Amino acid sequence: MSRTRVRANKPDWFLIILFVAITLFGWLNVYSTSRGEDESFNLSLTTLYGKQLLWLGISVVAGFGLLLFDGKFFPAFAYLIYAMSLVLLVAVLFVGTEVYGSKSWFVISDALRFQPSEFAKYATALALAKFMGNKEFSFSGQLGENILGIIPRQALGVLLLYAVPGVLILLENDTGSTIAFAALALAFYREGMHGGFFLAAVLAAILFFLSIVVPVVVLIGILAAIGGLSATYFFYTRQHKVGIFVIFLTSLFAAYVTTTDYIFHQVLKPHQQARVNVLLGLEKDLRGAGYNVNQSKIAIGSGGLTGKGFLEGTQTKYRFVPKQTTDFIFSAVGEEWGFLGASLLIFLYSALLIKIVLNAERQRTRFSRVYGYCVFSILFAHFALNIGMALGLAPTIGIPLPLFSYGGSSLFSFTVMLFTFIKLDAERSEILG
Amino acid sequence: MNDSEYKKYVYIGVVVGLALIFVLRLIQLQLLDPDYKHFAQSQAIRRVIQYPARGGIVDRYGIPLVTNEDFYDLMVVPALAKPLDTAEFCRLTDIDKAEFIAKFAQIDSLIKKKKLGSRQPFTFIKEMTKESVAPLEEKMYKFEGYYLQPRILRRYPLKIAPHVLGYIAEADTALTRRDSYYKPGDYVGISGIEKAYEEVLRGRKGVKHAFVDVHNNLKGSYMNGAYDTSAVPGQDLAISLDAELQAYGERLMRNKRGAIVALEPATGEILALISSPSYDPNLLVGRGIRKYYPLLARDSLKPLYNRAIMDGYPPGSTFKLLHALIAQQMGVLSPSTVYPCGGGFSIGSHVVKCHPHGGPTDLRQAIQISCNSYFCRVFTNIITNTKEAEKHYTIWRKYITAFGIGEKMSDTDIPHLKAGLVPRPEYYDRYHGKGRWKAFTIISLGIGQGELKANVLHLANMAAAIANRGWWITPHLVKKIGRKPVEALSLFRRHETGIDTAYFRPVVEGMERVILAGTGRIARIDSISLCGKTGTAQNPHGEDHSIFVCFAPKENPKIALAVFIENAGFGATWAAPIASLMVEFYLKRRISRPHLEERMLNANLLFAK
Repeated sequence: MSRTRVRANKPDWFLIILFVAITLFGWLNVYSTSRGEDESFNLSLTTLYGKQLLWLGISVVAGFGLLLFDGKFFPAFAYLIYAMSLVLLVAVLFVGTEVYGSKSWFVISDALRFQPSEFAKYATALALAKFMGNKEFSFSGQLGENILGIIPRQALGVLLLYAVPGVLILLENDTGSTIAFAALALAFYREGMHGGFFLAAVLAAILFFLSIVVPVVVLIGILAAIGGLSATYFFYTRQHKVGIFVIFLTSLFAAYVTTTDYIFHQVLKPHQQARVNVLLGLEKDLRGAGYNVNQSKIAIGSGGLTGKGFLEGTQTKYRFVPKQTTDFIFSAVGEEWGFLGASLLIFLYSALLIKIVLNAERQRTRFSRVYGYCVFSILFAHFALNIGMALGLAPTIGIPLPLFSYGGSSLFSFTVMLFTFIKLDAERSEILG
Repeated sequence: MNDSEYKKYVYIGVVVGLALIFVLRLIQLQLLDPDYKHFAQSQAIRRVIQYPARGGIVDRYGIPLVTNEDFYDLMVVPALAKPLDTAEFCRLTDIDKAEFIAKFAQIDSLIKKKKLGSRQPFTFIKEMTKESVAPLEEKMYKFEGYYLQPRILRRYPLKIAPHVLGYIAEADTALTRRDSYYKPGDYVGISGIEKAYEEVLRGRKGVKHAFVDVHNNLKGSYMNGAYDTSAVPGQDLAISLDAELQAYGERLMRNKRGAIVALEPATGEILALISSPSYDPNLLVGRGIRKYYPLLARDSLKPLYNRAIMDGYPPGSTFKLLHALIAQQMGVLSPSTVYPCGGGFSIGSHVVKCHPHGGPTDLRQAIQISCNSYFCRVFTNIITNTKEAEKHYTIWRKYITAFGIGEKMSDTDIPHLKAGLVPRPEYYDRYHGKGRWKAFTIISLGIGQGELKANVLHLANMAAAIANRGWWITPHLVKKIGRKPVEALSLFRRHETGIDTAYFRPVVEGMERVILAGTGRIARIDSISLCGKTGTAQNPHGEDHSIFVCFAPKENPKIALAVFIENAGFGATWAAPIASLMVEFYLKRRISRPHLEERMLNANLLFAK
């Protein structure tokens, strides 16, 4: 197909408005949570909100700067950017600074520090888009290029691109970054990975939590009953293959359930075990592992319908909620802006996410679509885990609320990530796949 | 490619589903469950109790008896405590290194057991005085995480009158449960004036609502103090004690077991109330209570026991004064009635012995020499040996109690005052059978022995009633509450004894003779017309108790008092001289008989049998 200019590049102003709304609302909350009670307003780099405003400015400049780029830049440099991010990920393991037990930060100065894993998410999204952007790409390997006759070669390529930075981030010992990165896989479903994998992952997670509450023997019994009954049904209806698959799957889950105990006690660290126990209500250590979540729930719950008002949140102002400028910033929204403000924020994020999905679908290049879904996946994971944690629905994992929490490098990389998509979307009619 | 477009609905569906879950959760937390609001309030708003300063206590002339003194507790916030120069720290705080290490071990174990938050202040050293804290104060900047917490404790500058003043201590759980005003750790008056005037002295706590942050640091006030109440300071109290007289009496009573009560007859004000052995009230302050209270409580001499108001003793011969008055009032005795002594009063084979003295006596002489036979007859005349005995006894008893004896004096402000005992007729009915007892059966009452029990305050009050020739005002301690004089409050009742004034004359003259030429000659003071009566209470357990009641001057008496010394023998030997020294000191502020004074001061009667 020839390249034809159909109409002028117009960025999606709806996405940009959502971006502005979320970041400004975020900055107000960073201001509220970080200012000292008796301090006067001080927009300098000595205050967190001052730094955050500077970073917001830098991010907006960078974001709109990206709109001036040629859209072809991104697929062209995708692998190079990816390679650079790998170098940074390796480097941080050696020269990085340990923060909260994770060796995941480059600290250049007090005001300038960044996490290469933030960059890696962006880089990997580009690389995956580039790799899967090939029109011929398929997870099931219809081209017959199977390695050892089982694994499709192209799927293996995706796995490598995904797993190498993934393992490097895992080595940083930062659960939040690892899970946020891992979420990129959500995009694979759209590109043809079988939905069963995701169902299996969800099921595995549910079984993991269940196995902590319910004795393993009982769980295996239930699995055997369900598996046995459905297999009987399939054999009876002469769907032998399905029946055998069901039996295979059931045994796999049964075997998995016997290992969860090991995973829980040996792989998870004591503080993580405690957080899981708190989530499941098995432990109510309100001074220890349960403190953060309990305080977050108190702050949110005390907000009521309309909230206590901007700068009036007592739980926020008096530092009852830990990490309230970053991981638990949603608690400040709940307390000061109430149910209305918190719901509005959830609505803004949902609108952003849905709009990204809709825009991704209207792309003419597979590259742009895959990239769009990658952006969606990462934003979704942050949104789900961060707010889920603040509401006591997900275990406590250090993960920021994107475009909202305090943190310059996080804000910057999410902005770049989003505006790259806005740029690709703007040029969708120009670049034809 | 478009065959997979339906999948966008899966993604959108997941987003919408999750948003719904979040909103439902928000509805649950923010709109349905009110608990979180309470939690937030209770942890961010602290009720800060404002403790009012407890009122001070001064004597009748304004001399401070109880003051408040600043103390300091050295506090440490474990999480903020930095390593320090242990040697210097120990030198400044006057603790040794082992103690220092032990304290930190204690803090660690408390934190481990979660009984102490690492940001919760812990009292490292309690109650350092202003002087001892001064060198430390200069160096406090070196000890990060430590600070000095000012506190107020009671001080007793004169170290006198512990039994009168009482002491304050932390409220026990029984009290905090009974009275919601008191919270654990609050101080409350436990005995004496501190107990009797607790509500006046303590004032009223105020409460401030303030925000606190997560580290329990106070932040701004809540609602600009709309719900705050300010503390009402406790009122100062002036009590009727004469501090110098009290101190002098305590010196005289040193190394003796017993008590002195001195009253101002016209007002019922207690001028001195001494119980010996005594103790320094400064011992029972703050942490001293835990340390010294058990020691004092275990002491075989019972220094905590207030002998002036709690013990009942047989009043002995001092009671003869009342018999003389009652008998005249009942018309069975005239001052000129003369009875022979005969060395004792015989009832069958039983003889109430009398000491050797010359010839038959009239009433004045009988008081002067304390003739037992005379008063056995007087008592017999009152009660009679007829079927009417019980009726007469009841009348006699009414007069006795009209002098306050056997009464708790419910309107007095002395806590724990015991009533003593003047038996009711039923008491004797039980022993001897109804109608089967008469004067002779209970003849020992005639000389103030037998079942009778009165305490020293009762005897002093009896002396005051005689000094007033027929009436008395409930003995009490308070003189001024805040700035209000007590007379204006009319808190204390005037009691009439029911004895006509005329009948007091021969009795008072008899008492004067006691001093001038009778059993109490040792108490004579040349410049003061002292009227007194000796008493010797028989004691089945050992040596007799020495008793003396008196008042002075004879006309317009200014002081009435009773002295009681356990196991000291005749009333004349110890109680009378001590009483006369007290009277002289009160009226003249100087002692004209240094030898007598010296002998009394130096006497050690603690271990007399």
